[in-house]
Amino acid sequence: MTTKDIKLDHVSIRFGAFTAVDNAHLTIKGGEFFSFLGPSGCGKTTLLRCVSGFTEPSEGTVSIGGKDMRGVGPNKRPTALIFQNLALFPLMSVAENIAFPLEVRGVGRKERRKKADELLDMIALPGVGDKKVHELSGGQRQRVAIARALAVEPDILLLDEPLSALDLKLRHHMRTELRAIQQRVGLTFIYITHDQGEALTMSDRIAVMNAGVIEQIGDPETIYNKPKTAFVASFVGETNAISGKVTSQSDGIVSVQTPLGVLKGTAAGGRHYKAGDECFVFVRPEQLGLVGAPGAIQSMDNQLTVQAVKEEFEGNARHLFLNAQGQDLRLSRTNLGGVSDHLAGQAVQVGFAADQAIVLPHGSLAGA
Amino acid sequence: MNRQTGGGPLAVGYALLFFAFLFGPLIIMVITAFNSSSFPRVTPWECFTTEWFGVLFGNGRLMNGLLNSVVIGIGVVLIAVPIGLAGALALSELGPKLRAALYTVLITPILVPGVVLGISTIVFWGALGRSVGAGYDSMFFNGMFLTLIGQVTFIAAYAMLVFIARLQRFDPTLTEAALDLGATPGQAFVKILLPFLAPAIGSAAFLTLLASFENYNTTVFTIMADSTFTTALASKVRLGTDPSLSALAVIIIGITLIGAIVNEAWTRRAEALRSGCAARSAVYGNPALAVIVHPATVLVLLLGLVGYLAWSGTQHDAGVCKQQILDEKLARQEQLLEEQRQRIRDQKAAEEATGTVTKPASPSAFGGAFNGLAPSPAAPATPATPKAPSAFGGAFNNLAPKTD
Ligand SMILES: Nc1ncnc2c1ncn2[C@@H]1O[C@H](COP(=O)(O)OP(=O)(O)O)[C@@H](O)[C@H]1O
Ligand SMILES: [Mg+2]
Repeated sequence: MTTKDIKLDHVSIRFGAFTAVDNAHLTIKGGEFFSFLGPSGCGKTTLLRCVSGFTEPSEGTVSIGGKDMRGVGPNKRPTALIFQNLALFPLMSVAENIAFPLEVRGVGRKERRKKADELLDMIALPGVGDKKVHELSGGQRQRVAIARALAVEPDILLLDEPLSALDLKLRHHMRTELRAIQQRVGLTFIYITHDQGEALTMSDRIAVMNAGVIEQIGDPETIYNKPKTAFVASFVGETNAISGKVTSQSDGIVSVQTPLGVLKGTAAGGRHYKAGDECFVFVRPEQLGLVGAPGAIQSMDNQLTVQAVKEEFEGNARHLFLNAQGQDLRLSRTNLGGVSDHLAGQAVQVGFAADQAIVLPHGSLAGA
Repeated sequence: MNRQTGGGPLAVGYALLFFAFLFGPLIIMVITAFNSSSFPRVTPWECFTTEWFGVLFGNGRLMNGLLNSVVIGIGVVLIAVPIGLAGALALSELGPKLRAALYTVLITPILVPGVVLGISTIVFWGALGRSVGAGYDSMFFNGMFLTLIGQVTFIAAYAMLVFIARLQRFDPTLTEAALDLGATPGQAFVKILLPFLAPAIGSAAFLTLLASFENYNTTVFTIMADSTFTTALASKVRLGTDPSLSALAVIIIGITLIGAIVNEAWTRRAEALRSGCAARSAVYGNPALAVIVHPATVLVLLLGLVGYLAWSGTQHDAGVCKQQILDEKLARQEQLLEEQRQRIRDQKAAEEATGTVTKPASPSAFGGAFNGLAPSPAAPATPATPKAPSAFGGAFNNLAPKTD
């Protein structure tokens, strides 16, 4: 409904000598659900505070709807920020909280209350207007914070890890809820999270950040299936990273010398490698299969003999932890209801297809 | 009492001793306020009287000092609280290094002895006054003004400490949220930060008022020819004390008690309302009881009680009793004198009868050893029933003709 694009034009933000955001350059389309995904401390909050007007960029410009936002205070921007800790006003009732944006704009008491009740209906919390904030549950507070931000009638809603304080069930429920609210009100949502599950399920597009740098922007499937850097591959979803050196490349298929022998993988993004290039071979646990198991992957270009260390049962999946020549691997299988085949302690044959393994140049790995 | 903690009679005894130590002096002081004896004491009990309150209120210097103290106290609150708040806000905005430096500067007046503050205040303002050619009747030499300024220098730091403690618990993202939701910085301050600070403003005002009221060290210098309640009281005590000071203590204790009770009613009510169980509780759920335990009702009831007590106090006349005590004292004195004379006569008669010149036996077991120590003029006021004349030792010897 809105056509207000947000354009970050080569934005860098520094604190002294420390660069928190390094040359962010992207455009977020009006009405989009856009997520910034990255580990804690990578500069997500800093970038969001820059969009909402609490921090000015050290370099570059932020413009909203074609208008340069330099010097425009947070109370004058068409954005509303939902803080990581929600920042609901503890001394006010729920209705007063929601009506606060109207109060400071000089709207009368009666009309404020009416609007607050409307918004409470919208977030499916009718009748809690007179309660104090601390009387609400975590999920209810979450929704009140959203209602309060919507009372501003912003064009853009900025959300800073809004679900991180909730328990798992509620978190999953709120994902659906947030997405539904976004589609109902048709606003641009800029969503910050370190939880790849949240980013993947809700977003139209995701920007993956690492140490202030945006490493890749794309829709969830591209981010997951076609990571462009070692960091994105290792941060989004579970994966096995096997370090090695390129020996040869023919078409898209790269042969890599690793401690586990020569492995074949796909060169990501049509990249060309020279022999001797340092690289990683990435295989997702669900793409690793047991050789000869029923329903196993047909074309196993790579086959390895490894030691099964232990087995873990997680309800919907079984995880097998493997080790070969000091390299830890992980294999996941969907739980189809059978009993465990007690592989722990045995040597097993595993394999994967070359087109499901990705070869990426050396780079920092998530959590390493 | 829990056995494992080694309780029992010992702990109870200790607790009693502790409370006696805390409240004993207060209780005794309260009792002395109603004894007609002109020196504050409990025994001997003379007459129940309320005249010391009259004496207290009749003391012009003390009452004038009280007025000065109130004026200065209000002035100090009005100046020190905003200054303290501004200081605390400034500190909360600064980076860690600057903050430490500014904190030290702002806190120094508390560490400097009050005497030094007092002297430096008059020296500084006096010098300033002279340099602009102001006369001795100008504000630079006005005790009230100087006391106000001198007290604010360190009392503002007290207020600041109160605000710093409260601000440390403030979540600055609340102010940011207010700004983000469209509030101007002024609106964010008034609608978010000030309500959060409200309890601290109350306690800072109370603390600064008390600190101003009871200050002596600085005030005694800065007040010049005037006096505040505290300095007037101090000079009065130096000249000798009478039970009107006990009467003052009774008033102060009364005010404190009323304040404490009303405050307790207030906090309990607030607690019950906040936890939302007010409607269910036996006291707050009952409409009649809820009105009675409302802090305003409690205050009115207590003030009524005090008013009634004060009124009945003014109706009380200790005149008859005091006259009686006076008569008794005179009679007792007369009787003692008579007994003494009689003894001397007997002695003389005995000497004449034996014909030997012996040293006269001292009428007291202690001889005349304590003659010099006895409180000669006050002693006749002691109307304890004497078992024997000798029980008074040589106290009255000086009244009788010298025997040796
Ligand atoms: N005001 C500031 N001054 C100095 N460093 C800051 C400031 N705000 C954030 N940083 C630093 O910037 C980095 C990114 O922080 P932040 O944006 O909060 O990360 P994220 O939200 O991704 O966890 C962190 O290393 C943090 O220490
Ligand atoms: Mg953050």
